[in-house]
Amino acid sequence: MEQILNTIERSNVELTKEDFVSDQMVKWCAGCGAHAILAAVANVFPKIGYKKENFMLVSGIGCSSRFPYYVNTYGFHGIHGRAYAIASGVKISNPKLSVWVATGDGDSMAIGGNHMIHTIRRNIDLNVILFNNMIYGLTKGQYSPTSPMGSVTKTSPQGTIEHPFNAGELVMGAQGTFFARVPDNNIKLMTEVMFESARHDGTSIIEVLQNCIIYNDKVHAPITSKDTREDNQLVLRNGEKMLFGADHKKGLRLNGTRLEVVTIGENGITEDDILVHDQYQQDPGLQLMLAKMAPPLFPVAMGVIRSAMYPTYDDMVEDQITYAKANSKILTVNDLLNSGDTFEVK
Amino acid sequence: MSEVKNVVELEDAVIKFVGDSGDGMQLSGTLFADTAAYDGNDLTTFPDYPAEIRAPQNTVAGVSGFQIHFGSKKILTFGDICDTIVALNPASLRANLKWTKKDTIIITDSEAYDDSALEKSGYKSNPLTDGSLKEFKIISAPFTTLIKEAISDLNIDNKTTLKSRNMFALGIAFKLYGKNLDHTFHYLEKKFATRPQIVEMNKRVVKAGFDYAAINPQLECLYNVPSASMEKGRYRNITGNVAAAWGLIAAGEKSERPLFLGSYPITPATEILMEIVKYKSLGAKVFQAEDEIAGICSAIGASFTGSLALTTTSGPGLSLKSEAIGLAVITELPLVIVNVQRGGPSTGLPTKSEQSDLYQALYGRNGECPLIVMAASSSADCFYSAFEAAKLSIEHMTPVILLTDGSLGNGSELFRIPDTKDLPKIVAPLAKANDPNYKPYNRDEKTLARPWAIPGTEGLRHRVGGLEKENGIGTVSMDPINHELMVGLRAEKVQRVANYIDPQEVFGDTEGDLLIVSWGGTKGVIRDSVIEMKKEGYKVGHAHFKHIMPLPKNTEEIFGKYKKIIVCELNSGQFVGYLRITFPDFKYHQANKVQSLPFMIHELKDKYYKLLEK
Ligand SMILES: Cc1ncc(C[n+]2csc(CCOP(=O)(O)OP(=O)(O)O)c2C)c(N)n1
Ligand code: SF4
Ligand SMILES: [Mg+2]
Repeated sequence: MEQILNTIERSNVELTKEDFVSDQMVKWCAGCGAHAILAAVANVFPKIGYKKENFMLVSGIGCSSRFPYYVNTYGFHGIHGRAYAIASGVKISNPKLSVWVATGDGDSMAIGGNHMIHTIRRNIDLNVILFNNMIYGLTKGQYSPTSPMGSVTKTSPQGTIEHPFNAGELVMGAQGTFFARVPDNNIKLMTEVMFESARHDGTSIIEVLQNCIIYNDKVHAPITSKDTREDNQLVLRNGEKMLFGADHKKGLRLNGTRLEVVTIGENGITEDDILVHDQYQQDPGLQLMLAKMAPPLFPVAMGVIRSAMYPTYDDMVEDQITYAKANSKILTVNDLLNSGDTFEVK
Repeated sequence: MSEVKNVVELEDAVIKFVGDSGDGMQLSGTLFADTAAYDGNDLTTFPDYPAEIRAPQNTVAGVSGFQIHFGSKKILTFGDICDTIVALNPASLRANLKWTKKDTIIITDSEAYDDSALEKSGYKSNPLTDGSLKEFKIISAPFTTLIKEAISDLNIDNKTTLKSRNMFALGIAFKLYGKNLDHTFHYLEKKFATRPQIVEMNKRVVKAGFDYAAINPQLECLYNVPSASMEKGRYRNITGNVAAAWGLIAAGEKSERPLFLGSYPITPATEILMEIVKYKSLGAKVFQAEDEIAGICSAIGASFTGSLALTTTSGPGLSLKSEAIGLAVITELPLVIVNVQRGGPSTGLPTKSEQSDLYQALYGRNGECPLIVMAASSSADCFYSAFEAAKLSIEHMTPVILLTDGSLGNGSELFRIPDTKDLPKIVAPLAKANDPNYKPYNRDEKTLARPWAIPGTEGLRHRVGGLEKENGIGTVSMDPINHELMVGLRAEKVQRVANYIDPQEVFGDTEGDLLIVSWGGTKGVIRDSVIEMKKEGYKVGHAHFKHIMPLPKNTEEIFGKYKKIIVCELNSGQFVGYLRITFPDFKYHQANKVQSLPFMIHELKDKYYKLLEK
């Protein structure tokens, strides 16, 4: 992978996974999708190549939010829903840190929904790993804002009667600049997407379709299992055709203003009819349609769906400070205390 | 008519400018105060404005005011009863008659008393003519007519003309109290530098008021309030909110820690946010968050990252921050939380002042959650209290709640400008890079503070968070004995701060019949009441507390030296409740007021007399 160019100081030695192994026992359930996310992070941090002291992990509360304890970086395990706010303070305070957020679907989209949308809107340079198991894991199985309508959980014995959030739609509604989605059983793709998120300046949301083996087992299976994934996942790659299916014969095209699944060789469809993915496109119109796709009519879009360039909040903070320092007469507290209307008593 | 008038010398005077919200009373008041300050008077000011931005015109609900207490002696309060009221309309007069005494001078615009204005203000007849104001000295004049005469050649539209009534009133007030117009002229020239016509008009209007007062037979005499003898030095007039902002900025410079403020606007604390954000040139990073929770949480993130982190708010906002304050307590990070108190509960009385958040500051969190609680005692003291709050927070690695209140925050007093080199040092307990012995919860032997290890530093990677941690090593621990140890250590760490603060001072008799105890923003009025009691020969002392958690070490000793103790506060008895728990051996009497109004000296003295008689 190429080198990421920014102001974060890089390590002058080659780092490996071992550099980020924590001495803490990983306490997630065996078979929990979170283990794969940990593996992907262990892969990607050395590849990103910053000095290991320059990584910072922040989380809220939930099974997913235990994450910082399991990686040997600077870490902050926050309170429920507030990871975005804490991480915003970290990044603004020191923009030369690579700040990562581990958060659950409840942490991000229920109690922390307000912080999530405002962080995204500001485009603060954070890399957010959103563990979407569509359930409250840590509190043992209540429905979450992403649980599909009708989900039977401990707090919805007759099925939920709420419309779930689609994380991608929420991100783009909040003017997000980066959204990616990955299944928890594709560590390679997850690692690639995490690298892309590090490369992106601004708030990057990576939605991981994570299995909670205890309270919501197989909720993602229709998309992620061996026998469904070829037909139900479209892995997007920038500049490449949007093809999927076992033999890559299925694809997406635009029919009028809508997406449509077509098969190459049928009804006169050729490869030329298939859409090419442009993750850098500023206009989120098509990316939003891709993010919203769901079976049975469509595959679920995976990979980096959107990665648009916009100025970041943290850069603009620095710019304003640099400008103020160059243009203000008040450069010390003594200047401040003696500024404006003062008078002398002799 | 000629200008022959007696000049009567006064030690101090209270003047209040009142009018409709849009009448510019805050400006008149500020200009009067600044002029008095330049003239050498000591002073305190207080703006009194409604919760609505522009309530309906000419109604009592829309009255805005600005009060100045100035004098040749040390001025401790903005005063209660007014010597002069400048009222631009009947509603403002009516709303402020409760602050008058016999012979209060009322300067008012006779042309503002038309039927509609009288009706909206609730007057059945015109008070200027129905005799109801006969115990006052009324100076009523047709302001608009006189203004028009003064500027007839300037071709100014009617609306602008009407808007200058506050300047005419100000001119009268200046003449009444023997002040000159220099500062006001200078202000106008600067403010409207690009609009010479407006400068000229306003100057003429102030001057017209001034000259009118000189020849007005309604004015029996003029007054002179000589300059106060103040310590040499450079001074400025400062509000408590600006002073708090500056104290925090100064602490950032002294500690060599970058400043970070995460905040959400709320009356009456917003000015601190608006003030700090002006000083990006000093490196201040200010984050206007989406709510108070994000405000404090961003500050906690910044604190972990090595900034002097701040969050500023008022009561309802403090409620929202509770959970996060617990996070700062358990992660043992420095954080200054400024709470500019207002009347509560809930939205309560947003623009009025009260001392009713003390219990919330002390106890308003889940778990055993001790932190430092301090309270500023005057507008200028907000500077020093904020500075000290930051110093203690950093050096002891604990959050601090600094309580101020709406009166202190919006009120102002003269502030002798310090040189930052004379401010105390602030030494952050930073962990050293690659220290082989570094552990997140290893503690300083004396303070029990844990080391501050800043992300980015080599060899100090560590994790903290809201889960209980094992002392020393800092890993997550659910061990019962360790938990009890940590609860004790967090409490002890805060208690040991008492070794680093000044002993409690007592004003007046250091032993005697009555100890008068107070805290926070009531210092001035209570001190005045004690001064009067002393003059009357009573053996009384005044202990005004700035440090609440922990209390100064000599507190108990002081309490033991008086026959009786009375605790005065603007709530139903919170500090007294805390003292009863902390030092149960004493009997405490109380003076309380929960009207969102300051104490009046006579109310306090009545309480003291009763106790002293028994
Ligand atoms: C203020 C607050 N309210 C409620 C809780 C209880 N709580 C802990 S985790 C959680 C939900 C976690 O769900 P999610 O964010 O999806 O994380 P997961 O455990 O599924 O990874 C709740 C409700 C809490 N810790 N704090
Ligand atoms: S409860 Fe579910 S989400 Fe939590 S650790 Fe176990 S499997 Fe993972
Ligand atoms: Mg979840």
